[in-house]
Amino acid sequence: MQVTMTVNGEEVTRDIEGRLLLVHFLRDHLQLTGTHWGCDTSNCGTCVVWLDGEPVKSCTVLAAMAGGHEVRTVEGLEQNGELDPVQRGFIECHGLQCGFCTPGMMMTARALLDANPDPSDEEIREAISGQICRCTGYATIVRSIRWAAAEQAGTRTTAEEPGRTVASTSGSAS
Amino acid sequence: MQVPAPFEYRRVSTVDEAVALLYRLGDTARLVAGGHSLLPMMKLRLANFEYLIDINELHDELGYVRAEPGLIRIGAMTRHRELRESAELAAAFPVFGDAERVIADPLVRNRGTLGGSLCQADPSEDLSAVCTTLDASCVIHGMDGERVVSMEDFHRGPYETAVGDAEILTEVRFPVRPRGSSAYETVERRAGDWAVVSAGAAVWLDEAGLIADARVGLAAVGPHTAGIPGIAEALRGQRPAEELWARAGDIAAEACDPVTDRRGSAAYKRHLARELTMRVLRRSVARIDAHIGGHIDGQEV
Amino acid sequence: MTTYAAGGHRTAFVDNDTKPNGHGRMLRKEDPRFVRGRGRYVDDLQLPGMLHLAILRSPFAHARVVSVDTTLAEAHPKVRLVVTGAMLAEKGLAWMPTLSNDVQAVLATDKVRFQGQEVAFVVAEDRYAARDALELIDVEYEPLDPVIDVRTALSPDAPVIRDDLEGKADNHVFDWETGDAAATEAVFARADVVVSQDIVYPRVHPAPMETCGAVADFDAVDGKLTLWSTTQAPHAHRTLYAIVAGLPEHKIRVVSPDIGGGFGNKVPIYPGYVCAIVGSLLTGKPVKWMEDRAENLISTGFARDYVMRGEIAATRDGRILAVRTHVLADHGAFNGVAAPVKYPAGFFGVFTGSYDLEAAYCEMTAVYTNKAPGGVAYACSFRITEAVYLVERIVDCLARELDMDPVELRMRNFIRPEQFPYRTRTGWVYDSGNYAPTMELAKEIAGYDALRAEQKERRARGEIMGVGVSFFTEAVGAGPRKDMDILGLGMADGCELRVHPTGKAVVRLSVQTQGQGHETTFAQIVAEELGIPPQDIEVVHGDTDQTPFGLGTYGSRSTPVSGAAAALVARKVRDKARLIASGMLEVSVADLEWEKGAFRVAGDPDASVTIQDIAMKAHGAGDLPEGVEGGLEAQICYNPENLTYPHGAYICVVDIDPGTAKVTVRRFVAVDDCGTRINPMIIEGQVHGGLTDGVGMALMEMIAFDEDGNCLSGSLMDYLIPTALEVPDWETGFTVTPSPHHPIGAKGVGESATVGSPPAIVNAVVDALSPFGIRHADMPLTPSRVWEAMRGRPTPPI
Repeated sequence: MQVTMTVNGEEVTRDIEGRLLLVHFLRDHLQLTGTHWGCDTSNCGTCVVWLDGEPVKSCTVLAAMAGGHEVRTVEGLEQNGELDPVQRGFIECHGLQCGFCTPGMMMTARALLDANPDPSDEEIREAISGQICRCTGYATIVRSIRWAAAEQAGTRTTAEEPGRTVASTSGSAS
Repeated sequence: MQVPAPFEYRRVSTVDEAVALLYRLGDTARLVAGGHSLLPMMKLRLANFEYLIDINELHDELGYVRAEPGLIRIGAMTRHRELRESAELAAAFPVFGDAERVIADPLVRNRGTLGGSLCQADPSEDLSAVCTTLDASCVIHGMDGERVVSMEDFHRGPYETAVGDAEILTEVRFPVRPRGSSAYETVERRAGDWAVVSAGAAVWLDEAGLIADARVGLAAVGPHTAGIPGIAEALRGQRPAEELWARAGDIAAEACDPVTDRRGSAAYKRHLARELTMRVLRRSVARIDAHIGGHIDGQEV
Repeated sequence: MTTYAAGGHRTAFVDNDTKPNGHGRMLRKEDPRFVRGRGRYVDDLQLPGMLHLAILRSPFAHARVVSVDTTLAEAHPKVRLVVTGAMLAEKGLAWMPTLSNDVQAVLATDKVRFQGQEVAFVVAEDRYAARDALELIDVEYEPLDPVIDVRTALSPDAPVIRDDLEGKADNHVFDWETGDAAATEAVFARADVVVSQDIVYPRVHPAPMETCGAVADFDAVDGKLTLWSTTQAPHAHRTLYAIVAGLPEHKIRVVSPDIGGGFGNKVPIYPGYVCAIVGSLLTGKPVKWMEDRAENLISTGFARDYVMRGEIAATRDGRILAVRTHVLADHGAFNGVAAPVKYPAGFFGVFTGSYDLEAAYCEMTAVYTNKAPGGVAYACSFRITEAVYLVERIVDCLARELDMDPVELRMRNFIRPEQFPYRTRTGWVYDSGNYAPTMELAKEIAGYDALRAEQKERRARGEIMGVGVSFFTEAVGAGPRKDMDILGLGMADGCELRVHPTGKAVVRLSVQTQGQGHETTFAQIVAEELGIPPQDIEVVHGDTDQTPFGLGTYGSRSTPVSGAAAALVARKVRDKARLIASGMLEVSVADLEWEKGAFRVAGDPDASVTIQDIAMKAHGAGDLPEGVEGGLEAQICYNPENLTYPHGAYICVVDIDPGTAKVTVRRFVAVDDCGTRINPMIIEGQVHGGLTDGVGMALMEMIAFDEDGNCLSGSLMDYLIPTALEVPDWETGFTVTPSPHHPIGAKGVGESATVGSPPAIVNAVVDALSPFGIRHADMPLTPSRVWEAMRGRPTPPI
């Protein structure tokens, strides 16, 4: 069958099987490999993209179901050569390590901030609770999203304290 | 990555079109709404169909929460997120808000629908328990028009409903009675996991402050989500009190039929049936009190 | 004297102008590609003509393979190749060596020995068709009784799993012991107090977000095989492929591109990689294999699975005298443990913990069962996770027995700073440590005394709150060549550094990042030594054609081994630069002083040359000092003198709902000492990740089996991993006790938190439940299991 949809603002048409999953359509047919997959049961959230403005798990949406609709992927976050504040936040606050869950996390974060420009930590944690990160322990992801919120609100200051680290020096250096 | 077996994809844009297509294709076809229960099963090849009929375009027709005097109608294509965000629903049935906080995760809730949840008929499914608690009825559309069945009749068993091969669930109706409120609570091993046990309650008081009616629905403690008539019988006409909730909890524990699995032992689940029943009844009445009290004080609580 | 200073990531929101010329907080160089979705993982690779491979796996835990009929699969229009065990056997490829000198079936020939074992594979034009064709293969099995319970695996009537091994008549893998049995028995005999506790560390799985996979591309014309694969050890894999497949090693290139998390899961060679290679050899096309999540969970390297008895002997006033343990280790169907050869139990020998003991003894028996092979994975530092869990649990049991505060008991028994280097009763030489300040700092951050007061108040109100403590010493950075090798390959690491004429540099590593940020940290290590800004240093890794030999990234070894190599190779370049500088400045080398980035003439502040000036001179025209070759580069192979021994003190606060028994981790304080800190931001990230692993293992993660050997944890619906809602906002701190033998004093940190956090959480839960008379409960502490424990009905995890 033929499917036509808008991906990151561009209309694309491809011949596909009815069973093709949206995540494979994006990765294998459009070479948009920033969207990942990490499970088969819609538990991990590495495949999150936007469908008509809402984040969804693209491993559990058929490409055919997205026909006639608008899809946005991590490749569409950067606008006119400018990183989205969410992307910058993840860099600034060490919100990623292996980078595998990161595109999905950022797509959810962008949607969250569009709906709620000043989310609490609890709201951020709930928003990303359908996505698994095995590296960061989430705290830096929460900070990253808060950084982006502050950045786009123009309220970011260097005085903000994202957590607590205390140092002590002992022993002798070699 | 696991992928579904081949099937033919069809899309419909009206209920009538869906019914006509189902009629033609028979049991080789299956409707897909949000797909978050069905597609994983198809990827695991536990479910295979020749045709998959996408009804997401019916969201315009069947995505709604409508409050009428004495009744709330919810379209079957209403998505979890919309249920959670509906002010009418929150005012009439706080149980929805409670449940929608714990169903799967926010991303699944962006896609999953009320109708899809009920038709999946998983014994651990939360919205079935909510609908049972609220004494909902289901509107099923077929070639010969529509019929209405109670939740008790809707669920035939695990993964089995009253919806026939050429039928589609279109709406769920909830009676609204005065001086009532409701609550839902679940225990899960982790956010997004299926419930170990869930309980929903709805309580209505009479003008004297006695319990006019009370319903409790449980999930994950038996072959299908079950209402417990014995609780209503025990509570009607009584004044709300801790001993009463304890008695209701005992009835719930007695009535349920849990099995030991990776989520917990049968004994623990039975304990939770009791504990959560008490909690949701207590909270339902507290909400009525807050609501009525709020009106007396001229402000919402 | 301990001093406290606010610091660390308080600077997290400072603008991107934190550009240390060396060590310090620096944003990661790899992030710009990742945040754009431009990471390049194995499954992102698409080559012209590429085919897709799928593996048929056994539904049985133990069965004889009677026949495999591939006729229908071969007839599928998109299928190019179907391969069975019998076909591999003809080529001598049906079996491959494991990392522990055992063998493992690539595809089953005689029997299947665990559910999920590889039986046949299909190569097809697309991944959907490959998956479809698996359904068309007809395998006839004759089911056999499985061996599932490790405790009955050695009973005389147990079925023999490994009848492929000549003369094998039981399921015994090895016996191993360490310490002094007689001396330990003597100490136990005279001790005032002896506490014994059965402790199980269940089977868990690293489950990185990216599953394992490979793209094999064999070029028949030049005979070269290129394998892009999810490997943490590309060089070791190359050598093993050369041995297994008989391909000449110089004709094999292993590329480990961006890796979506490893945690030890990507250390072993899996049958799937070999299948992909065979597929490419036979079709002449590139062949991609990516396992799905179920395959990852049921067939690849698990971790732990130790059934332990811990015993501790002490005086009545709280002096710990000895620790003794017996371990039954479940190694699955093939002994696939990835550990140095002389250490079949990994580094479990550090079960003596951070304490100054009179004696210690461990005896261990390892057995085969009908479960997936593996055993060292999931950030375990070669079994230190199990060792630390054992000792930290048993010390807590002792504290309860003595009615002593668990922090106080630990403080009283720590190895003292002046005792380092400290040789433990099991022969490990701890390089450096200063434990008390670390513990004190954790106490201070947690507000330990206030927490105890709060707990008392809450208990009086019927609430259930617990405070748990753990203190760990790790042994990381394997390892010295004299002691450590994997299949004969020494655990040293090479490093090459080239400074280009304009003063920019490229450093080539033998280790491979899976998210640890090597492209940043290693640039910083070189920058610190040479004064070339990290932005001007390209880090090349993960490609055997581009990098020197070394054993890869696992066991927290990158910084201790490869980090040392990077520092030393930079110093080697600096030594050469000094010679060139002496020529440029026309002074003797003795008159030169190094100030980061430049050589100066002592006493003449105006006479200096920068490293960039020197680089140009090294490559430029004109004479160099006599005996100095042109160019500015060096290479090294670093053989560590010893392991490094990071330590840490963790405190966890939990609340338990009295009605539902659900555990909530309210707070977690982690104070780590990993010696010299290169990039504090990255270190903090490593710690956070490990703490989350700990919450997972303590509360929810477990690979479970039913009595038939069916894996009950084959999806992320069933194998639960913490989300953002189960973990608190981590509170971290640090102390710095440099390693005396590491060139920059750094120790490893990648696994510290995974090692240290489970006992802190379990100790907190057990502390919370102590009013119920509970002294121990096995992980995972799900609501049901905690509730059963509160009723005096502990449920063993296996």
